[in-house]
Amino acid sequence: MAPQLLDRRAFLQVSALAGGGVMIGTYLGPVSEALAQTPAAFSPNAFITIAANGTITLIAKNPEVGQGVKTMLPMILAEELEADWKTVKIVQGDLDPEAYGPQSAGGSQSTPVNWDPLRQAGAVGRHMLIAAAAATWDVPAGELQARLGRVHHAASNRSAGYGELAARAATLTPPDPKTVALKDPKDYTIIGKATPGIDNRAIVTGTLTFSSDFTVPGMLWAQYEKAPAYGAEVATANLDEVRAMPGVRHAFILKGDGDIQSLVGGVAIVADSWWQAKAARDRLQVTWQDHPTMRQSSASFDQQAEALFKAPPAFSITNVGDVEGALSSATKTVEGTYSYPFIAHAPLEPQNALAHWHDGKMEIWAPSQTPARGRQMVAKSLGIDEAAITFHLLHGGGGFGRRLYNDSVVEAAAIARQIDRPVKLQWTREDDMRHDIYRPGGYHRLRAGVDAAGRIVAWHGHFVSYGEGERFAPSANLPATEFPAGYVAHFGLGASLIPLGVPTGALRAPRSNSVAFVYQSFLDELAHAAGKDPVQFRLDLLSATRQLPEGINNDGFDGARMHAVVKTAAEMAGWGRAVPKGTGLGIACYYSHRGYFAEVAEVIVDADKGVRVAKVWVAGDVGRQIINPSGAEQQMQGSVIDGLGELMAQEITYENGAAVQDNFNRFPLVRMREAPPVIESKFVLSDNAPSGLGEPALPPILPAVTNAIFAATGERIRSLPLRKHGYYWA
Amino acid sequence: MAYTLTVNGRTTTVEVPADMPLLWVLRDVLELRGTKYGCGISACGACTVHLNGRAVRACQTKVSAADGASIMTIEGLSPDGTHPLQQAWQDVDVPQCGYCQAGQIMSAAALLAQTPKPTDEDIDRAMNGNLCRCATYLRIRQAIHKAAAMTATTTVQQAAANRPGQDQE
Repeated sequence: MAPQLLDRRAFLQVSALAGGGVMIGTYLGPVSEALAQTPAAFSPNAFITIAANGTITLIAKNPEVGQGVKTMLPMILAEELEADWKTVKIVQGDLDPEAYGPQSAGGSQSTPVNWDPLRQAGAVGRHMLIAAAAATWDVPAGELQARLGRVHHAASNRSAGYGELAARAATLTPPDPKTVALKDPKDYTIIGKATPGIDNRAIVTGTLTFSSDFTVPGMLWAQYEKAPAYGAEVATANLDEVRAMPGVRHAFILKGDGDIQSLVGGVAIVADSWWQAKAARDRLQVTWQDHPTMRQSSASFDQQAEALFKAPPAFSITNVGDVEGALSSATKTVEGTYSYPFIAHAPLEPQNALAHWHDGKMEIWAPSQTPARGRQMVAKSLGIDEAAITFHLLHGGGGFGRRLYNDSVVEAAAIARQIDRPVKLQWTREDDMRHDIYRPGGYHRLRAGVDAAGRIVAWHGHFVSYGEGERFAPSANLPATEFPAGYVAHFGLGASLIPLGVPTGALRAPRSNSVAFVYQSFLDELAHAAGKDPVQFRLDLLSATRQLPEGINNDGFDGARMHAVVKTAAEMAGWGRAVPKGTGLGIACYYSHRGYFAEVAEVIVDADKGVRVAKVWVAGDVGRQIINPSGAEQQMQGSVIDGLGELMAQEITYENGAAVQDNFNRFPLVRMREAPPVIESKFVLSDNAPSGLGEPALPPILPAVTNAIFAATGERIRSLPLRKHGYYWA
Repeated sequence: MAYTLTVNGRTTTVEVPADMPLLWVLRDVLELRGTKYGCGISACGACTVHLNGRAVRACQTKVSAADGASIMTIEGLSPDGTHPLQQAWQDVDVPQCGYCQAGQIMSAAALLAQTPKPTDEDIDRAMNGNLCRCATYLRIRQAIHKAAAMTATTTVQQAAANRPGQDQE
């Protein structure tokens, strides 16, 4: 559906344009557009409108970036409303937290946060429509049944469509959502059924409007050249030459707002088309002021880590029992230093945002995962009132956490603030990769000991990460609860931080996507040192009662749930069976975002270190209900293959403060022939509230594969990416 | 410079610089935005279109090299979204974010035109230039097989329907 200028009375001419005199109207979002087509006769709440002709429109409240929420959340509403899924209209909501509650796409939170409220919202609508029918027919509500958008009275063989009942329902007072009776899950007809994405048809015909496809009349295109080293300001730029290039309307310098995660200094080039802006940018010559981040490099990070490991941790995160004493009396001790690199999100649609400054108001269209935060950032950076900012949500071509950050939104708004027409900032792939909010790298020195019975008696971690003093850089932290904390009597974790001038943040399964590799690999080392089977070693560990010291934030980890998925994954894979030489099975498990996942990888390694992941088995526990089994399988397959990309070859390195890798030729994603041909997945249903699936299936795959490589070859992988050790996809 | 392109069956003339990539001519001049920008260096395949029947990356095809050519984009693959690949993609529920899928489908369409019953190896080879950041690969492979089977069935039905005498009541 192409958004359009709807209400001609609302048109507002802000400038007569050279080359056409196009009028710029006040944009009305898809929500108003959809509702203008079918005016609401009954709207029990912000999520549901029912027209007199029976058309039901449901609001998809959260940003869609490929995780399937635009399908999954309305399924919950439709189920309780007893709507006909085949005929409902689903519309992306604009940012309006007062109406819809929190709107974000991150942390696998959409399911746990919305499961109860959206079921209640749907049920309120159903109750009111049934009450309207009861009043119309003067029969007890208890004799009525709602089904597929109609209310039925079996005794008198009467029925009425929701559209017919809408006017009467609109006169009733909505019940308290918390008191309405919800459906028994055994009666579900929508939830639990594999449901294809509602935008699929538009996607396969090329008609879905992604953010980068969205235009408004009179719009210009911008490119923004930033310093390669984060935070440096422009010294000189040949703006006159750039302004003389075909189609260029503006070229100007912007100063940063002091936050490298928000607006950094650079040169904006605004032209009639993107290609003209790009061609002009190719002629841009800019020099940058000196900045401390220019002295950063990956080599210097490595050197600093090595130096920090020579001393004890700068500060303690947790310390239980007598770690050093227990280590010295252990039967066997194991020591290993692990590391992993910075990596980029690289969603396939590079960052972009459209902004229009008019009449003291800023209007924004972007695919943000956190639009409310985006609005705050724009307000703060530009010194405008939040109330003067409207934020329309557009469909994003992949998120993975990248669109949590809104830096491109702030840039677009800052550029729009300087000109009098709507402007779309569209980053190049190189912009996107060299100016990511990166998954931080890190280093771990681990020491642990096992007793004669093969149990872990002591564990100590020295985590060298990034930050200032004792304050970790974003997503570079490690909590005191990190498993196996609570399962080892003498347990210590300390950290030392390297100062950092690179923007860092959350990448799909933040922190977990790196720590799982380290801890689950080291557990594997301990299993072998103890002479135990890696599955049995984990099951034994998880059978104990977790004992966390007082005063630390409990992460809700339930060992019994993890025990169940480890057992299931091992059974699925036929763990323990004989495999040919050069083939190995590896297991790993990890808890993140309330989800429990265990994965087994069967890996074949040839004599040249060519690797094939022949098959992966995934067992997951995300509660009692899988809302959309098709979407759930997509997330599991996607997470596994995404993790394999991180494992094999992805790495961002820095020289003179700048990212070296700038496109997919140097930052490889997994390609089709490299992906495991079979990923078998199974959910262990447990009596817990449903939780999200965007992330928790990713972390275990990395150590599952490196543990399998150990089983196949005897080589223990302690640093990533795998490519550095000579491995490649066979 | 003026270039004549036949895009999805319609011939049109565009006045653009010789080195402008076909991708941006399609997107910004002809406003056919189903073809996507992903990398600009032929590394991701999001911009795959057919040039005289062959799958090419529009980001690295200069408009001058497409002068006089017949170009097909996702918008022209079928008049009503019923190409077997478009149907199979929906049946299998392939897309996640969907951004790469137009390019994936165009690569697959070129494959099926050459190889109506592809093996897994044929598919892997033909699709190797198309990245999917959401990693929908297993379902893409499944959907291509399904579309191939649908095409085969359609062909058999058409052959049956076209037998002499079949239409005479």
